Amino acid sequence: MKKRFSRRDFIKITAVGAGAAVIPGCSNTITWEEFFQTNFKEMSPQEIKHLLAGLEEKYTKEYGVKFTVKATPAREGVVFGYALDLSRCIGCRRCVYACVKENNPSRDVQIQWIRVLRMKKGEFNLEESEHYYDPDKVPEDGYFYVPVQCQQCENPPCVKACPVKATWKDPDGITVIDYNWCIGCRFCMAACPYRARKFNWTKPLIPKDEMNTDTHYLGNRPRMKGVVEKCTFCVQRSRDGRYPACVEACPVGARKFGNLLDKESEIRYILENFRTFRLKEDLNTQPKFFYFFSLGWG
Amino acid sequence: MKKALLFIIIFTICPLTAATAGSNNNDYPAYPPKILSSELFPCSSCHAGMEPNILKRELTFHGEVKIIGHAEHERWCLDCHDARDRDKLRLINGSTVGFDRLFRLCGQCHGPTYRAWRAGVHGKRTGRWDGQKQYYLCSSCHDPHSPRFKALAPEPPPVRPGETIRN
Ligand code: HEC
Ligand code: HEC
Ligand code: HEC
Ligand code: HEC
Repeated sequence: MKKRFSRRDFIKITAVGAGAAVIPGCSNTITWEEFFQTNFKEMSPQEIKHLLAGLEEKYTKEYGVKFTVKATPAREGVVFGYALDLSRCIGCRRCVYACVKENNPSRDVQIQWIRVLRMKKGEFNLEESEHYYDPDKVPEDGYFYVPVQCQQCENPPCVKACPVKATWKDPDGITVIDYNWCIGCRFCMAACPYRARKFNWTKPLIPKDEMNTDTHYLGNRPRMKGVVEKCTFCVQRSRDGRYPACVEACPVGARKFGNLLDKESEIRYILENFRTFRLKEDLNTQPKFFYFFSLGWG
Repeated sequence: MKKALLFIIIFTICPLTAATAGSNNNDYPAYPPKILSSELFPCSSCHAGMEPNILKRELTFHGEVKIIGHAEHERWCLDCHDARDRDKLRLINGSTVGFDRLFRLCGQCHGPTYRAWRAGVHGKRTGRWDGQKQYYLCSSCHDPHSPRFKALAPEPPPVRPGETIRN
């Protein structure tokens, strides 16, 4: 395998004791300064401000469009929850593409954070589902559809698997990734039972006019080669009080989102009035992503 | 001048009627209904001078309106459209509502769905999860005349692993 030095190689080499001599040629990925930054969670507000300003300048220069990079923290008294009404979902994939448009994933090598699984009515089997279905019209007779994305577990196995603490669960329940800190070992991907995490095998290519320049440090800012990414409930929108892009794109209104701690929220209404369930409940990952049928089965 | 006067009247009367009716036009702020941008609107431009005909019949106008899958045997236009004021909808109790509040009409026969809609469960709202929301009206998803939700063409499936670098 031929590739440039990355943070990952650097860490490998330092581990063997030869590191001091190696200066990774990673100017196309992250800067010297970013490379030696402290863990994001331990940064002072001043350091964060400096980091964000640097990134804004870098992206603006690199992509030729003006970027904003924010790091809005979790709000006190907020834990996000999501619910998806399987009696409504028609499998149209509008959510998949709204997510792509919002979150700047790689286009040339396709990365999508939402997978829509098609299942036979009367069965619920994740392993036997199909996500390449392509009929003229949806919904199709005899099938129902189950979109899957990061389930924002209360007890996230991916976080435990990360050897360098580059991914963690914030107080509002969103599991985030610091791309500058990620070493690309992909242990988190192996640990995720929902296949929610995606790896950038190449530097993502995104046409300039498709770039969303309103970004969050822990969310949709441009990624580099060799890092893992996933759904963050659109942290750049949700922490500003807005709905995630997939919620607003759904033509049947199957996607519901809100604050689990707010008794008046639609998400609480659903949890209190419908029988909800979560994927692979037996694993005790405790997702904050719920599924329900607002009508009887099928 | 006339407009200004109308404005004043509306502004002084509205809060009163709203208070007595126990609901106002802001309790479920919604996207505007299609009919308001129809070239046929205001409907009263023709209907104000016409004698309403309550007989169920084949119409010589409005041929594109077909009631399908909405209890067409029991239904007639004037169950929903007000016979006297064609710019309004008619409720079972004889009162009228504007098209921007058409959920009141649908809610009379679809109570549980209406309740779920108000709670944000049926249908859709955009805006802020922590504040102001905008509702999609029933008619943004259901044609009131043939309300079955229409099938859609799906967006393309993901590329298969073989067709690209694995991810
Ligand atoms: C260009 C004139 C015109 C406009 C504008 C118009 N209509 Fe009509 N409409 C008619 C005519 C003419 C008939 C009667 C056709 C017949 O008797 O065969 C009719 C009939 C109807 C009927 C059947 C009941 C009845 O009174 O005969 C309904 C309901 C109706 N219109 C609703 C509407 C609505 C709602 C609008 C506004 C979006 C509208 N119309 C705008 C011309 C018009
Ligand atoms: C179940 C109630 C219901 C019945 C029955 C009904 N309508 Fe309507 N109709 C509506 C509502 C509600 C709208 C407004 C929808 C919107 O704009 O979003 C509407 C809109 C219309 C429009 C405007 C279409 C446009 O240009 O946008 C016409 C014309 C019309 N109706 C005619 C009729 C006629 C004629 C009949 C009988 C054959 C009829 N309607 C029966 C509820 C009804
Ligand atoms: C007067 C009572 C009445 C009103 C008012 C009414 N409906 Fe209905 N609706 C019915 C009945 C009865 C059925 C069942 C029809 C059937 O099975 O043929 C129905 C069926 C439906 C369905 C299911 C259609 C399907 O095939 O799955 C939808 C959606 C619907 N209505 C939406 C609406 C909307 C939107 C409005 C307001 C514009 C509305 N209804 C107003 C009585 C009403
Ligand atoms: C965002 C789109 C959307 C909006 C807004 C919406 N609906 Fe629906 N509705 C649907 C979908 C999707 C279905 C499922 C249709 C199907 O399976 O064929 C449905 C189903 C229904 C049904 C059939 C019974 C059921 O629950 O499946 C009724 C009745 C109905 N809607 C009434 C309403 C009424 C009344 C309103 C407004 C108060 C409304 N809808 C608003 C999307 C919507």
